[in-house]
Amino acid sequence: MSAVAAAVSQSRGRGSVSTQEEVIVVAQIKVDCRGENCPVPLVETRKALRKAQPGDVVEVVGTHPSSKKEIPMAVEALGLSLLGVEENEDGEWVIRIER
Amino acid sequence: MADADTTARAGSDDRATAVAAERTSGRPEKITIIVHSGDFDKMYSAFIIGNGALAMGMEASLYFTFWGLSRLKKGKLDSGPLSKMHMLGLGKAMIKGRMKKRNVRALQDMARDFKELGGKIFACDMTMDIMGVSAEQLEQDLIEEYCAVGTYIKEARESTVTLFI
Repeated sequence: MSAVAAAVSQSRGRGSVSTQEEVIVVAQIKVDCRGENCPVPLVETRKALRKAQPGDVVEVVGTHPSSKKEIPMAVEALGLSLLGVEENEDGEWVIRIER
Repeated sequence: MADADTTARAGSDDRATAVAAERTSGRPEKITIIVHSGDFDKMYSAFIIGNGALAMGMEASLYFTFWGLSRLKKGKLDSGPLSKMHMLGLGKAMIKGRMKKRNVRALQDMARDFKELGGKIFACDMTMDIMGVSAEQLEQDLIEEYCAVGTYIKEARESTVTLFI
């Protein structure tokens, strides 16, 4: 793995949601693409979505401006749910996607 | 949807691709790119577009021929000259330096990403004959198939986007 690839870290955490009938385990998958350039945020988002199970939430953090627009475009093309897009004053954005 | 979910669990494809496929009468949309040039910058164009298409739920095929095929030799993916302002390697060194500063991913890593996301790489066997290149000299783990124009046409006629680079 190259230094660049290593810089893109993915971490997973598990939580549970209770319903009356069953307990559904959902994973929160974090993808850190801060400082990465085209097409890495889009590609790493797709890799994380492929590994995720239905219901899992993938959270992507990045700074590449076009990816903030294009990741939601990919989410729509893939027929998945965009949970939210937020950006702070420093241009760092967070996109949350439900698989 | 039931069918799409079944496909996702059974095969290498995932649910998202299956959903994208449903929108286009059963098959995911596909892009096919002829990689004719072996130039460093054009190699980047091919892999960035290919990876972008895969990331957005399309299938992608890259058909390497002529100077492009030479770049599939072991360790040669990024060894091509710049298409303009190469200046005996000075221009390329400058661009590579700027790419590194801007965190642009190396071509070798982009090729691995392409493969990981399900992209297919085809090697033109006539070019291999002409240039005296054997399969053993090529990055065989990247290559899906060694083939000719018929395979390209089959891929291209199934594609909604085709490019010649």
